[in-house]
Amino acid sequence: MIRLFNKLLKGLSLTCSFVTSVRLKPACLMIITSGILVACADQQEPLVATPKIGVQIAGETGAKATKIIENNAAFATDRLVVYSSRNEHLISPVFKLFTDQTGIEIEYATDKAGVLIERIKMEGANTPADVLITVDAGTLGLAASQGLFQPINSPVINNRVPAYLRDDNDFWTGLSLRARTIVYSTERVKSEELSTYSALGGDQWQGRLCLRTSKKVYNQSLVAMLIAEQGEAQAQATVTSWINNLAIAPTSNDTKVMQAILAGQCDVGIVNTYYFGRLQTKSPDLALALFWPNKSGVHVNVAGAGILKHSKNAIQAKTLMEWLVSEPAQELFAGVNQEYPVSTDVKVDPQVASWGQFRQSEQRLSQAYILQPNAVKLMDRAGYK
Amino acid sequence: MHLRLNSLIPRLNFWQLFLMMMAAPTILALLAVISALFQPDKDIMSHLVKYVLPTAISNTLWLVIGVALMTTLLGVGLAWLTAVCEFPLRGFFVWALILPMAIPSYVMAFSLVGLFEYTGPVQVLLRDWFGSSAWFPSVYSYGGVVMALSFALYPYTYMMARNAFQTQGRRSLEAGQSLGLSIKKSFWRVSLPIARPWIVGGTLLVIMETLSDFGAVAVFNYDTLTSVIYKSWFDLYSLPAALQVASVLLVFVVVITLLERHSRSTKRFSQSRSIALADQRIRLSVANRWLALLFCSLVFIAAFLLPCLRLLWWAAPHLDLVMTGRFWSYIVGSITLALIAMLLITGLALLTAFAARTDNTRFAAIAVRISTLGYAVPGTVLAVGLFAPIALMDQWLAGMGVTASILQGTIVVMMLAYSVRFMAVAFTPLENNLLRITPSIDAAAKSLGVSGFNMLTKVHIPMLKGGVATAMILVFVDVMKELPITLMTRPFGFNTLAVRIFELSSEGLWELAALPALAIVLVGLVPAFMLIKRFDGND
Repeated sequence: MIRLFNKLLKGLSLTCSFVTSVRLKPACLMIITSGILVACADQQEPLVATPKIGVQIAGETGAKATKIIENNAAFATDRLVVYSSRNEHLISPVFKLFTDQTGIEIEYATDKAGVLIERIKMEGANTPADVLITVDAGTLGLAASQGLFQPINSPVINNRVPAYLRDDNDFWTGLSLRARTIVYSTERVKSEELSTYSALGGDQWQGRLCLRTSKKVYNQSLVAMLIAEQGEAQAQATVTSWINNLAIAPTSNDTKVMQAILAGQCDVGIVNTYYFGRLQTKSPDLALALFWPNKSGVHVNVAGAGILKHSKNAIQAKTLMEWLVSEPAQELFAGVNQEYPVSTDVKVDPQVASWGQFRQSEQRLSQAYILQPNAVKLMDRAGYK
Repeated sequence: MHLRLNSLIPRLNFWQLFLMMMAAPTILALLAVISALFQPDKDIMSHLVKYVLPTAISNTLWLVIGVALMTTLLGVGLAWLTAVCEFPLRGFFVWALILPMAIPSYVMAFSLVGLFEYTGPVQVLLRDWFGSSAWFPSVYSYGGVVMALSFALYPYTYMMARNAFQTQGRRSLEAGQSLGLSIKKSFWRVSLPIARPWIVGGTLLVIMETLSDFGAVAVFNYDTLTSVIYKSWFDLYSLPAALQVASVLLVFVVVITLLERHSRSTKRFSQSRSIALADQRIRLSVANRWLALLFCSLVFIAAFLLPCLRLLWWAAPHLDLVMTGRFWSYIVGSITLALIAMLLITGLALLTAFAARTDNTRFAAIAVRISTLGYAVPGTVLAVGLFAPIALMDQWLAGMGVTASILQGTIVVMMLAYSVRFMAVAFTPLENNLLRITPSIDAAAKSLGVSGFNMLTKVHIPMLKGGVATAMILVFVDVMKELPITLMTRPFGFNTLAVRIFELSSEGLWELAALPALAIVLVGLVPAFMLIKRFDGND
């Protein structure tokens, strides 16, 4: 090792011999050394990353040497790149199953949806990505409106996914449903007292309501639905009446809403069902229950995906998209997070099924990206933090 | 024409060229931010101005004031005690009090909230004992945010101030005493003023970090300018509006930096180095000795032990995950990045500090200031600003026939981005220690035939050990915690502990996020311990 180092040094001083000034020589050495350092580090990087790709996606087959070669061949046809704002632990089991069944490998980068969209725009025609997955119809619509997607053109998907969960222009499709509904204390509230989201602004809920912060996209899309149903003025009145009924300041997440109800700080709240599912898994005798506001229609948002305009593997990308709405994929994609499948013929996880049937609001999600910013502004005006 | 060009391009010497290269990436990134000023999103801006910005701006101001005051108080007080006074367990607290820095500020926030909120163990216990906890102050408050950020950030001031007191030794105190001042008075009149550049430097880092924080304030739902940047971009879908708010933030930072420069420019701080040896430390009276112990213990318990216990409590059911290969790959990923960045950025900061010292011109001063601005910009905004030119370059290379993106997803790009972000962190402790080296030392060295680069390696670096150690720890731990740049520039499939925490906590899975959070703390503990032992004299 030391000998190697000495050789390296000699090599360095040779390289630097063209620098005649004594003053600059050490600087030259320094720059080259740091260059080598960075280069070495760069070479090590696939070694760090490779075993993980091997384990997570390709099973035990990934030998280091072949992986490094493959890493460089970004255009190999049996490889897809997915940008996803759905988190790693929710997508990696799904991708693993896909690879097992089709032999197409998937590399992915996770980040916030807004950042990924910006990244795709900056990368332009040169983007390595083929598919974008996000967890909100608003960001999917935003990506579509910026011209990042190409039409999916798949009869399979059109068949299996209801139209209101897909883009009007076929740029994206929903992959799983996130239902946002009312949760209440079984000790202090009877289900007959509940009816719609708007009714939570009624006088009988004065000081008994808990809500999550308006910064979360789930509340933004809920209010966007209210705007679509009631118009802006009425929706703002609804939101204001909620704010007046709040027992505590808006919480930072859905779980805290339910904890607050359990602790007696409030009696009702609005949450995504899978957060309820998580709490229920931990303690089955939870003194909480879900209520479906079927009268107005239950608010749903989707996790969904589109094929990028500059994808170099559009055919494989379409294979992935169609596979994702197939039965085994749907079961897994929705199941890992206790969400609802978009294809109605797919079996729902038994625990999720135990919460009962509900009637979805069939508000078209295509318009979410226009309505959601309006909802955000509305909530700012209403003083919903 | 030829003549004109010549006069337009200033003749740069080597160091100026170097400084310009250091500032260039930051300038590129900041240009991307500032360029938004010319394409205003009027509709959204008028909404923000009317409904959002007034609160956000006053919140930001109050937050900065609160956190700056509290971190300075904690940091300077603790640094003084551990550097100059003698009390039980002092040797332990010297490094233990740095540890809260390893807890990312949003992790600090959610573990403190988890402890003190209505449904947390503290209030539950209080209700068990007294029947009610209604009198307990709400943790979702101004006090709560200030506490969380101050606990996470005071170690910056602590390390900087300690470095100052340590190298002052007792000499400053003795000087004061020889003039007939009591110890208390010489602290206020001599030691503290001499340590001022270090303390202000630390506070400046804290302010920059506070301004760019998104995670911790989000846990408390406390809206700052940075929250507005995120709201504009992610919720109102307007990156231009986000960048405009970011430029307001930037102006804020530039003003603070200039004020600090200005107040300092009239003074010259330099003093010879003398380590406070054990037998030179002040022997406190018995009562004060225990008070010192109590103060240090309280801070250590509140800012480190309790949050860690809360994390451990959450993580306990999932400890078996530690044995999986994936978990270790996160750790290896984090350490690899942090180590490379630590060496690279500290090296670059040393050269920058030396360059600025050698080339004592206005040009150099400005270039240095610019290259340290990256720390105050919210990470995500900086990441996009940096990513733009890189993506462009990749497209350009692709146009030249190079297949695939070769820059993106390489560690070179990550390191470049980290350097822009963390230059301030490495530079601040070095700069101040370089101030200590008097011109007469340079003159003496020159008279002995040592000059140029040798001056740096043979004279300056050995005198900078404390500063170098501080810079290295700060960069290492900051890179471990860094999220937006890592998320955006990491190679496919490459994960770090911070990325893992983000993914889990963004799904509300705090219990699972606790495990990688603990791992970050443990890994951050190692360099803190090693470097302090090695460089910080006789502790």
